[in-house]
Amino acid sequence: MKPAPFKFVRPQGLQHALEALAADPGAKVLAGGQSLVPLLNMRLAAPSTLVDINGLPDLDAIAVTDEGVRVDALARHADVLASPDVRRVQPLVSLALAHVAHATIRNRGTVVGSLVHADAAAELPMVLSLLGGSVTVMSTAGLRRIEAADLFAGPLESTVRHDEIALQAFFPALAAGEGVAFTEVARRHGDYALCGAGAVVRVDGDAVVSARVGYLSVCDVPTVVDVTEAWGSPDAAVDVALAQLDPVDDIHATAGYRAQLVRVLTRRVLQEAYDDARSRRA
Amino acid sequence: MPEELHEVRLVVNGDAYDVRLPARRLLSDALRHDLGLTGTHVGCEHGVCGACTVLVDGRPTRSCLMFAVSAVDCQITTVEGLTRPDGSLGPVQQAFLECHGLQCGFCTPGFLTTVTAGLREQPAPTEDGAREMVAGNLCRCTGYTNIVRSVLRAAELAGLDSARPPEAGG
Repeated sequence: MKPAPFKFVRPQGLQHALEALAADPGAKVLAGGQSLVPLLNMRLAAPSTLVDINGLPDLDAIAVTDEGVRVDALARHADVLASPDVRRVQPLVSLALAHVAHATIRNRGTVVGSLVHADAAAELPMVLSLLGGSVTVMSTAGLRRIEAADLFAGPLESTVRHDEIALQAFFPALAAGEGVAFTEVARRHGDYALCGAGAVVRVDGDAVVSARVGYLSVCDVPTVVDVTEAWGSPDAAVDVALAQLDPVDDIHATAGYRAQLVRVLTRRVLQEAYDDARSRRA
Repeated sequence: MPEELHEVRLVVNGDAYDVRLPARRLLSDALRHDLGLTGTHVGCEHGVCGACTVLVDGRPTRSCLMFAVSAVDCQITTVEGLTRPDGSLGPVQQAFLECHGLQCGFCTPGFLTTVTAGLREQPAPTEDGAREMVAGNLCRCTGYTNIVRSVLRAAELAGLDSARPPEAGG
């Protein structure tokens, strides 16, 4: 198997990379390549130019502050997953990363690349959506920040333009009173999930003041549902979620089976996130 | 129009190779076709089976999901690079031999590279740890029982290696 021919550019500086992208509307950025190269190998994608950013300097930082986690374009999943600071400031990122493919793929794949690849079956787009994070992109025209709510346009389609490089992702920190959980069901360990869910629950004393659930591999784009009003009745929370979801039917699972997984996983992540919030308060 | 060729230097098992190849040449194909290092096996070619796993700067990486032109500035280790300096089998290879951790052998190079790096991070794995270490590699012959035994035996052999005092004058 081999990809269709393409022009290859390996820029040594960011400006050069941006110019190469601007010069060809069919150009694509190559970072980790763990999602892109399979598409090329199977000829599901055939970009006319690949701009390999792996040689660009100073693009692999993971910066953790009280506000949140900033991950640069060349930071690999494995490095973000191994960071105790990331786990402390936003544990949902670490919980989800452990489910991203296998360790070997995580050694090469990048967090930012996974986000802008915009696969609705991937873990990180859902996490960015649920946390209300953002991605910063750059073109020859300058910098632009895209909020998670505006990033995912459809299956494998983000709102990043062809002449832009996603330079950094930002995941907001866990706030006081919040707890998180992540779970998914896959046919085999390391496979894409048939359905996955993450939750952020915020408590004040024993009372729940906010409960949100994010879903991956259910709809065409990662979807976040606020179930705060239905807290107290797991059945009601599931009803609220399903009313806002349109589970897809495909070769991997029927829509009905996905809806059933939503019922099971919603209860599970809400309980776990609630327990997590209470344990952090202690 | 002939396809554009790129001049790249690949450093594999400590040796530098200067090759001219098209940008779309996968690292797995470059290792086998251009460098003649046929120890790396090519299975699924989309990152699922793990047979083509090599070490890039010491970390297990799918060579079918990397272009050779992207592998410049990297130290690549293939299964050929896992032997001892005298050419005898390294600890992971020896363990797979002793424990019958292979049958047809097609997937084995990927297991050997993955386990070599895995034992550096986790020198004394439990049985569960050993299973987790090879979770990204498929074997259709063994049922994994002997592979897990091999990983545990490799940990013992590697431990003996590191406990042994360096040879004088070497």
